Amino acid sequence: MTAPALPPSLVENPRLDRWIRFQPNRTVRIATGKVEIGQGVVTAIGQIAADELDVPLDRVAVLSGDTTSGPDELYTSSSLSIEVSGSSVRLVCAEVRAKALERAALRLNCSRDDLTVVDGQFLQDGAPTGQDYWTVAAEIDLSQPVTGTAPMKLPTAYKVVGQNVPRRDLPAKVSGAAFVHDVAPHNLLHARTLRQPGRGAVLSTLDEAAIRRAAKGELQIVREANFVAFVSPVESVAHAAAAAAPLHAKWDNVRRIEPEQQEAAWLQGQPSDDRRIGALPSEKPPKRLVQMTISRPYVAHASMAPSCALAEFRDGHLTVHSHGQGMHLLRKNLAAALALPIEAVTAQHLHGAGCYGHNGADDAALDASLIALRLPGHCIRLQWRREEEFGYEPVGPAMLVTLHVDLDDKGRPADWTTEIWSPTHVQRPGSNSGFLLATEAMANPPPEVVPSDPTEARGGGGTRNAVPIYDVPTHRILHHLILRAPVRTSALRGLGVLPNVCAIEALLDELAARAGEDPLAYRLSILSDPRARRVLGGVAERAGWNTRGPAGTGKGLGVACARYKNRSAYAAVVASVTVEEAVRVERVWCLADAGLVINPDGVRNQLEGGIVQAISWTLKEQVRFDEQGIASLDWDSYPILRFSEVPEITADLVSGGGNPALGVGECSVGPTAAAVGNAVAHALGVRICDMPFTRERIMTALLKRA
Amino acid sequence: MAITFAVNGVARQVDVPDTVSLLEVLRNHLGLMGTRYGCGLEQCGCCMVLVDDQPSYACTREAGTLEGRRITTIEGLSTPAKLHPLQQAFLEEQAGQCGYCLSGILISAKALLDRNPNPTRAEIVAALDKHLCRCGAHQRILRAVERAAGLLRDGRPA
Repeated sequence: MTAPALPPSLVENPRLDRWIRFQPNRTVRIATGKVEIGQGVVTAIGQIAADELDVPLDRVAVLSGDTTSGPDELYTSSSLSIEVSGSSVRLVCAEVRAKALERAALRLNCSRDDLTVVDGQFLQDGAPTGQDYWTVAAEIDLSQPVTGTAPMKLPTAYKVVGQNVPRRDLPAKVSGAAFVHDVAPHNLLHARTLRQPGRGAVLSTLDEAAIRRAAKGELQIVREANFVAFVSPVESVAHAAAAAAPLHAKWDNVRRIEPEQQEAAWLQGQPSDDRRIGALPSEKPPKRLVQMTISRPYVAHASMAPSCALAEFRDGHLTVHSHGQGMHLLRKNLAAALALPIEAVTAQHLHGAGCYGHNGADDAALDASLIALRLPGHCIRLQWRREEEFGYEPVGPAMLVTLHVDLDDKGRPADWTTEIWSPTHVQRPGSNSGFLLATEAMANPPPEVVPSDPTEARGGGGTRNAVPIYDVPTHRILHHLILRAPVRTSALRGLGVLPNVCAIEALLDELAARAGEDPLAYRLSILSDPRARRVLGGVAERAGWNTRGPAGTGKGLGVACARYKNRSAYAAVVASVTVEEAVRVERVWCLADAGLVINPDGVRNQLEGGIVQAISWTLKEQVRFDEQGIASLDWDSYPILRFSEVPEITADLVSGGGNPALGVGECSVGPTAAAVGNAVAHALGVRICDMPFTRERIMTALLKRA
Repeated sequence: MAITFAVNGVARQVDVPDTVSLLEVLRNHLGLMGTRYGCGLEQCGCCMVLVDDQPSYACTREAGTLEGRRITTIEGLSTPAKLHPLQQAFLEEQAGQCGYCLSGILISAKALLDRNPNPTRAEIVAALDKHLCRCGAHQRILRAVERAAGLLRDGRPA
């Protein structure tokens, strides 16, 4: 029998003991490299293990993001935690269960088939045997590599998977004890930084005396080349020093940027790495060409908490606590940046606020570590300030998407070109695509990286979801990867999915209108994928699509559908809006197909969160620039959707239908933004093609209609 | 200066400069870490506490104004044995994702329910609108406050 293809996490971390350990207190510890970022993954991983082992959930402990003993599963990103870590844990548990039963059968002198597992105990013909996982654990060789050949349970046998298990991390979060920000050991020192304004900027003078006067307390100033940190036993002293520091620092060689670079339109015509994906260029001139351009500006992750890390250097060993998305990669990146052997670094995850992608978390860990190395024996708590989080985190890149679609004589797409202009969507450190921020401030900064985007095999970056899920005979992507963006850009929830799905779905509404057909009926006429048809039809029914009124009344209903990365979860969304001077999203219905669902309520929570965030991006958000760089540095200049603006949401799931589990963290954002865009176009009778849908743009659209 | 005030029903005295923030006092002098820094600008609500039953931003409230005041933080909602009905309702509704905003939101919700045991949805929205939540758990949070109102009124969810 040939072994099945193992998930990548098991290929990289084959030893069983990297994943599972039976503990003396009759619990089993499952380790995952994926970390809790508010998405409920730790709970879901526990559910998978409980079912596969037949152990009660309260006997399953989950260790998450720990370089001392957990597996390296790269970053917690791209909605892959359930698909990759979940399937790895399932295979490991199935194999360990089989090994344990084999040992028990030997002891009991019976056949393995005579044994069943109930609550972690082994029963023979239904009667207790005195044997369980913990009695045989010492005889199971967990140093063996996983083979992936052990029989796994059928989904019909799941008891814990598929249940609304409450999140394990939430009780601490409603009672005030939860985050890396809140850890305060006795040897704590607080730290803040003065940020280098940008790559290449050189700190020519720093008036330390003036900063000390402003700080009004015990203060150490740690300086290494163009990196400066203020350290104090008193947090407010370190904070005051950092707040005052920019006034007392002079920088040479500061790069200036132009405010107009904040608009997506600026991207067109910039130097780019160009490539074509898909069909060769069409040789025939188009007969019925339709075009549509959609843009989204730079968008912030805008985490509620500024990035924070703890670092302590003691006896030659650096221990870091971080809320980053991948502790093993952080460990490698820190070791490289600090010229430490990898064995001299430990990285352990502690909770932070939601990050929604690559924000300042890893950078803060290097900041803290740089200080820790200079002040051994102290635990350095480095926290970014609010303006630092907005000003220096990598932002989601602006994107411009133009569709050029030639129609057949029935008004259906025949030849479809998607043209994309975008800076890179991934500059995560350590992947040859980026590096930790403070390394740029060192005496020998790393060479500037040539931007690259995730490959199509990984779902693409700017090209993510650029291929329509609809029946299009000929499709190609022309991707212009912008080589020099004015600000650092990196992964934000869904990467290119939002502008790409918005463009596709906007165009389909226009094509339906040209054909004189209902937008839903038009979509269904060119949609063969049965799973997509099911969610699209289902959400339309729930939303009462057939009562949709005429266009241009100020009230609109819009629909959209996508399959995340064209291979993960399906989501269809209907949005109902009212447009006067501003857009108000009144209701959103979402129907998703995520295959096997581990925790339905957890999935709904993720769908809802993606819906709210996508509405916020679409209606309100834009990172603004001035010549110094990012200028939207607080919540007044970077407003997000508020309680008074959030719609009623109905998010449902179709049954899994025997399909494998698919990640859901990002599947609702594209269809939601697209449905809102279409609903606004329906309400106004004219389309707004540039996000965010500000009052100005609404007024301009209305004038255009008049 | 020495400041005497009550925190979660316990008399406390701290000796700090009078311009130090209440946030700093709670976290770094009294070890109450549930009140959190989000912006320092009264824009996000992560640091909300009650001062004499009124929701107040701890990030900008100066210690010098606290003499004789009563402060309630997230740690003051529950006892070791029993969660506050608001906390219970938030867990029952699974109202939260990352949870960083929840301390402040629970505090504002408590202030609301203390003065209005039977709020409408619109009144709950108005009471929480100064709070930001980036994960998008708003609807769950609103449902949880309604549920807590029911638990407080008659021991049953609304």
